[in-house]
Amino acid sequence: MTMALFPDPFDTLLTLQQALDSFRSSGWLGSGPSGSGGYPPVNVFRKGDDFIIITEVPGMKKSDLEVQVKGNTVRLAGTKSVNYPEKAALHRRERLAGRFDRAVTVPVQINPDGVKAEYRDGILALFLPRAEHDKPKSIQVA
Amino acid sequence: MTPAQELAVREKKELATKEEKTVPGRYYVPYADIFETETALTVVMEMPGVEKKDLDVALENDVLRVDGRIDFAKYEGMEPVYTEYNVGHYTRSFTLSNKIDQDGISAQLDDGVLTLTLPKAKEAQPRRISIG
Repeated sequence: MTMALFPDPFDTLLTLQQALDSFRSSGWLGSGPSGSGGYPPVNVFRKGDDFIIITEVPGMKKSDLEVQVKGNTVRLAGTKSVNYPEKAALHRRERLAGRFDRAVTVPVQINPDGVKAEYRDGILALFLPRAEHDKPKSIQVA
Repeated sequence: MTPAQELAVREKKELATKEEKTVPGRYYVPYADIFETETALTVVMEMPGVEKKDLDVALENDVLRVDGRIDFAKYEGMEPVYTEYNVGHYTRSFTLSNKIDQDGISAQLDDGVLTLTLPKAKEAQPRRISIG
């Protein structure tokens, strides 16, 4: 099992990232219009040429999520609501409700027609294929 | 409640326990709402990424225990390049009063939100006492 060999890839990365955070102004990922730290927190993955953005937005409906793509920027917006029945006594309230609007920038140009968005089990996954014109060309050595 | 409020980011709360887990991986405490109506106590927990088959709700000695596991296989073949949150399993337990009708507990998982409805036992429901 690979998990035994790599006990927690997220943890390792998170620690590294915190150390590099101050260095991040060099902007490998570029600072988007809202930069880092907005809601919802995102994880960005690379798969071959393409990028995948994953975020946790539990309890939202698909219709309340808005995703827009332009160039190398993805905008995530929506309104999260938490409802209680009338005449209920609240004992504990930890879930938050509100609206959010943030932009995430990836280091490649995105092909907007190929973007796929999936929402399942409270997780939104955006598949962002790299635009064909942005891909590096292989040059045959004659 | 004003819907215009901006959502803020919160760091996930990691589980702190005396017992150690036998399985690798981190455990987080899911955010929970608890409310009570005349007939039932409802516990709502946010466990994004947990599928029905990986969710375990158990009741033992008046302790209600919820265990939701994340399937890390979904992340295979993906190289993380930037992370803002950590991914881990979820677990949380509550001690119930004996006023709960323990056979009538029902659970529903929708969009990463688990709703547990704990009906109150008949003797715990409000009654009107007539004065003779």
